[in-house]
Amino acid sequence: MAISAERVKRLEDKVIQIQKDICVTTSKIGYSHLGGGMSMTDMAVALYYDFLNFDPTNPEKPDRDRFILSKGHCSHCLYNIFVDLGMYTKEELWNEYNQVGGRFGMHPNCHYLKGIEASTGSLGHGLPLAVGFALAARMNHKNYRVIVMVGDGELDEGSNWEALMCATQYQLGNLYLIVDKNNFQIGGSTDEIMTLNPLEKRLETFGWDTITIKDGHNMTEILEALDSLSKPDSQVSRRPVAIISNTIKGKGLIGGLENTADSHIGMMPTEEYLKDTMSNIEQIRMERRG
Amino acid sequence: MAKRIVFEGELDLKHLNLVKALAARELYVEELGHLAEADERIVITGADVGASGQIGVFKKNHPDRFIDTGIAEADQVGISAGLALNGKIVYLQGFGPFLALRALDQVHTDIAYQNVPVRIINTHAGLTSGGGPTHYNIMDLAIMRNLPNMTVIAPSDSAQCIKAIRATLEYPGPVCIRIARGAEPAVYTTEDYEYEVGKAVTALEGTDITVIATGSLVALAISAANGLMKEGISVRVIDMHTIKPLDREVIIKAAKETRGIITAEDHLVVGGLGSAVAEVIADENLNTKFKRLGIPDDDFPPLGDCYELYAHLGYDPEGIKKAIREMMDK
Repeated sequence: MAISAERVKRLEDKVIQIQKDICVTTSKIGYSHLGGGMSMTDMAVALYYDFLNFDPTNPEKPDRDRFILSKGHCSHCLYNIFVDLGMYTKEELWNEYNQVGGRFGMHPNCHYLKGIEASTGSLGHGLPLAVGFALAARMNHKNYRVIVMVGDGELDEGSNWEALMCATQYQLGNLYLIVDKNNFQIGGSTDEIMTLNPLEKRLETFGWDTITIKDGHNMTEILEALDSLSKPDSQVSRRPVAIISNTIKGKGLIGGLENTADSHIGMMPTEEYLKDTMSNIEQIRMERRG
Repeated sequence: MAKRIVFEGELDLKHLNLVKALAARELYVEELGHLAEADERIVITGADVGASGQIGVFKKNHPDRFIDTGIAEADQVGISAGLALNGKIVYLQGFGPFLALRALDQVHTDIAYQNVPVRIINTHAGLTSGGGPTHYNIMDLAIMRNLPNMTVIAPSDSAQCIKAIRATLEYPGPVCIRIARGAEPAVYTTEDYEYEVGKAVTALEGTDITVIATGSLVALAISAANGLMKEGISVRVIDMHTIKPLDREVIIKAAKETRGIITAEDHLVVGGLGSAVAEVIADENLNTKFKRLGIPDDDFPPLGDCYELYAHLGYDPEGIKKAIREMMDK
């Protein structure tokens, strides 16, 4: 089914808003893992505003889809979505981020916040946890989706490849992996540090089906990928699915920070910089829309 | 005088009659098989732990509730935590050193930090694997007891392991249960004694010296105490089956009622039971003689059968006796 322009516009507008919110949050809290947050926003918006079976008024409902953010350092993207969905207020986020007694950690904790499925932070943990989630769904005869988002740099961790094998061994038909492939990690490009390419071939060799999103900032492409997924069925044995979303680290940032490792941790040093960045975020999306 | 609940006489470690002593590793799985009939939450995960014995029986009876991750401990721990976050009580069986060392990041973050009901069945305690330093499990107590939320238990024999399994079914948070390689001497001659997590068992009453032992060292301590009765030395043996939370009261009582405390563990003398007891002695300003028996903190232990190594390292029954006599003479 064709993707409607109205659906795309609604989600694109939300991406603009959440990216701006991330910048404001960053200015309030001092610094954040800005680059990875900006690269994953399009997919996160598509998931929470269009795809997931998720009710912000009842984030623990038993049949909800489970989303695990393995790249936990980008929690601020998720937090801003939760705020926008009415689960928390902006003030709560700003005042409790990494503060004594606060609930919003730089890395998310599932016991502090409703909506967080698993506590993450140390990389290479989300996918094994997600395999456990998917196995539990099968044992409990539940058909919710288990979706885990990893960063591409994170795939250096061997625990991911152990879990990739295990998901294939158990043919987990309700497990979906999303790779936010922004091609950078803290120390430089993933190709320079530890190349993942050809990622699709590697995942396929490990027994996964793959879907590639050429432009992870193109909402139509994202929706086509998500819409193409078959209905989750924990009882069926089939190859698990990985979506590789090619994104840009620091998407929308100014001052030469887009598409570099330098945005891994970022700040909004002045009010003017914040204002200009927010204008840029809007402008590049509007230019694209034409 | 309390009723005697432990074996009499001394163990002949060269000719141990273990025919009747069943391995905790087998018995606990058999018990889980029974519990799993009525409790759908129970799942076992293994990293290629084999299909023979009771594991094979469990797999046959509950095929969807046994998850084998292959030889991939980090993945096994993560998957176990994922299952536990979704309502399962997961018994994660693994070769101790590979859980406490190789998969420590996952044990720390996925199990302890998330505070999930995973029961780590930490096998091949101490030197019992006989596999040399790569397979010795001699720093796990130090590591596990330093993890917030983690309860750490080391049953002294296989029957007590079953008590631990039953006592921890509904116990909050993660639990690490440390068991030895296979068939170890039975300590207790009855199952009719009180077992509570965090509360030590006074296995043998005594008035001169107290030996606080854990795991399979309890049997060796009792053997030593039984032997010393002939020399007129009355040894109290405390079975410290829970390393965390530690029974502080039993230590305070021993320091006040006997002339000194000796700890005995199949573990490095740093970080484990001995250190935990020393912390209580220091915290409480207890005026008592004190000695730790275990693996010295100098080099990796050499190759060899565990009982020969215990003698070599000074914590076989003769070594325990020697330490007691020396403390009596001081």
